[in-house]
Amino acid sequence: MAQNVKLRRRFRIREKKLNRSMAGNALLFGLMIVCGIFMVLPLVMVVNNALKPIDEIFQFPPRIFVRNPTLSNFSDLFVLMNDTWVPFSRYILNTAIITLGGMLGHVIIASLAAYPLAKHEFPGKNILFYMVVLSMMFSWTVTQIPQYVIISWLGINNTYAALVLPAWSFGMGLYLMKQFMEQLPDSLIESARIAGASEWRIFWSIIMPNVKPAWLTLAIFQFQQMWGNTGSLFLRNEELKPLQFSLLQITAGGVARAGVAAAVTFIIAAVPITFFLICQSSIMETMTTSGMKE
Amino acid sequence: MTTAKLSKTGREPLSRRIWKARSSYLLMAPYFILFFFFTVLPVLMSVGLSFTHFNMLEPPEFIGWQNYIKLLLEDDIFIISLKNTLLFAVITGPISYFLCLLFAWIINEFKPKMRAFLTLIFYAPSITGNAYIVWNLILTGDRYGYLNGILLRLDIINEAVLWMKTENLILPVLIVVQLWLSLGTGFLAFLAGLQTVDKGMYEAAAIDGVKNRWQELWFVTLPAMRPQLMFGAVMQITMSFAVADISIYLAGNPSVNYAGATIITHLLDYGSTRLDMGYASAIATILFLLMVGTNKLVQRLLRRVGN
Repeated sequence: MAQNVKLRRRFRIREKKLNRSMAGNALLFGLMIVCGIFMVLPLVMVVNNALKPIDEIFQFPPRIFVRNPTLSNFSDLFVLMNDTWVPFSRYILNTAIITLGGMLGHVIIASLAAYPLAKHEFPGKNILFYMVVLSMMFSWTVTQIPQYVIISWLGINNTYAALVLPAWSFGMGLYLMKQFMEQLPDSLIESARIAGASEWRIFWSIIMPNVKPAWLTLAIFQFQQMWGNTGSLFLRNEELKPLQFSLLQITAGGVARAGVAAAVTFIIAAVPITFFLICQSSIMETMTTSGMKE
Repeated sequence: MTTAKLSKTGREPLSRRIWKARSSYLLMAPYFILFFFFTVLPVLMSVGLSFTHFNMLEPPEFIGWQNYIKLLLEDDIFIISLKNTLLFAVITGPISYFLCLLFAWIINEFKPKMRAFLTLIFYAPSITGNAYIVWNLILTGDRYGYLNGILLRLDIINEAVLWMKTENLILPVLIVVQLWLSLGTGFLAFLAGLQTVDKGMYEAAAIDGVKNRWQELWFVTLPAMRPQLMFGAVMQITMSFAVADISIYLAGNPSVNYAGATIITHLLDYGSTRLDMGYASAIATILFLLMVGTNKLVQRLLRRVGN
């Protein structure tokens, strides 16, 4: 240890400034600032536009930052909501059912499946997991036509289940959960088995409490998926459609609704960002185990 | 305890081992039943239907390779959309992958609070879902559009540019918007992976003669986070092949002279507008093979990082 400190002093290596040059710092942080502005500017515009009175939205030349912030766009939105054919609370209820149902079911059944894949040995284990990894290699859009056919066959077309059930079996959630469970010590499970606990019991009282960061992560990722879904492929009844559908409908209203559309865009963006913010540390903890082994 | 130990020996007959592991299968059943219905079966059906003529009303009729022949030899728009999709993938795939890695790497140098803030800024666009509609305001074709407004004021252009109605501009602009959206799950995985790299390895490397941060990145950091690199690659590749929503929203479907058409917009055109499901399935099957093939290829390449 003392030797180490001496070495460090001699070569002027300090832990934080290991191998760092000023020029390199300047270059990288400069690049970071430019790209950071590019990333954040559209979001800054979303916020500012939502707060702009209508005359500022149509100002020339356009200004990014609002001068006289107002909440009138949001109050206009509420007025408009009360006017819709289907009561607006219904859209909110639909979204709550679809996203909550999608999140809860996915977290539970993906965790149930992840536990044996992470901790048991049985025939077919590798092929099952390989299929899940393979499913992450193409997007769901590829399979949406046969999915539509299957959903019609199952008779769940035009119900919440048409959106919720496929979402339960998303591959990435199972993958992340399995990787996270693998790092739990086997001794934890062994001692419970010796005490005579069933697998079902072990899962609920030992595994699940220990993978809390992972189930929060699955829930958030699932929420992001479900939140953006307009359901237009599977839901025909207006009373079943989610909030996102009616919000996007409002933004398509053209010039007359530019102010309300700005408020809507703000809501669409703010909700998932808020959820991510709350769960950020759990998500980062889960992602440390996300790596693919060869 | 028995399930784990006995099956490892591998001496018992398969049926016994399956019976012993019945509780494992039971736990997995709900997930894999749904997985079968909504992922495995659709892929198989897509391949099957691609050899048929199918309009949802009458039963599918087998027509052999006709859909594929028509796609590759007669359908000019498919060739355009294939070309666009490959351009998207070849440009946004590697660039977004590289940017994910670069920003994760730089952000990792900051203190935890700042790190969390920067992570949010770079990751936020990819989770805002349909909020990319804000680009409509930026790209509005008259002088009220933000981009036109700024460029006019700076005298870079003399008159407003119709960004989403000019054939040559559609694809480059969509690529920029796609890059804005693309720092997603892969980016988070890289950030997390960087934090798992053992700090002691950097000190050891410094003593071994690693001189600057670039060498450190190549010889220490990247090999240590190879599993995350592979996961991130899957995420970015899949995303870069699946561009469709932004094209449909910003450029329209069909876009001017199909300049913004991608394989998925073409698929949607046949699948949900013309209800030619057999043909749409052939398009889907080709896209499926492209995505999985590219992923497999890149996985093979990534195994060589730092070797």
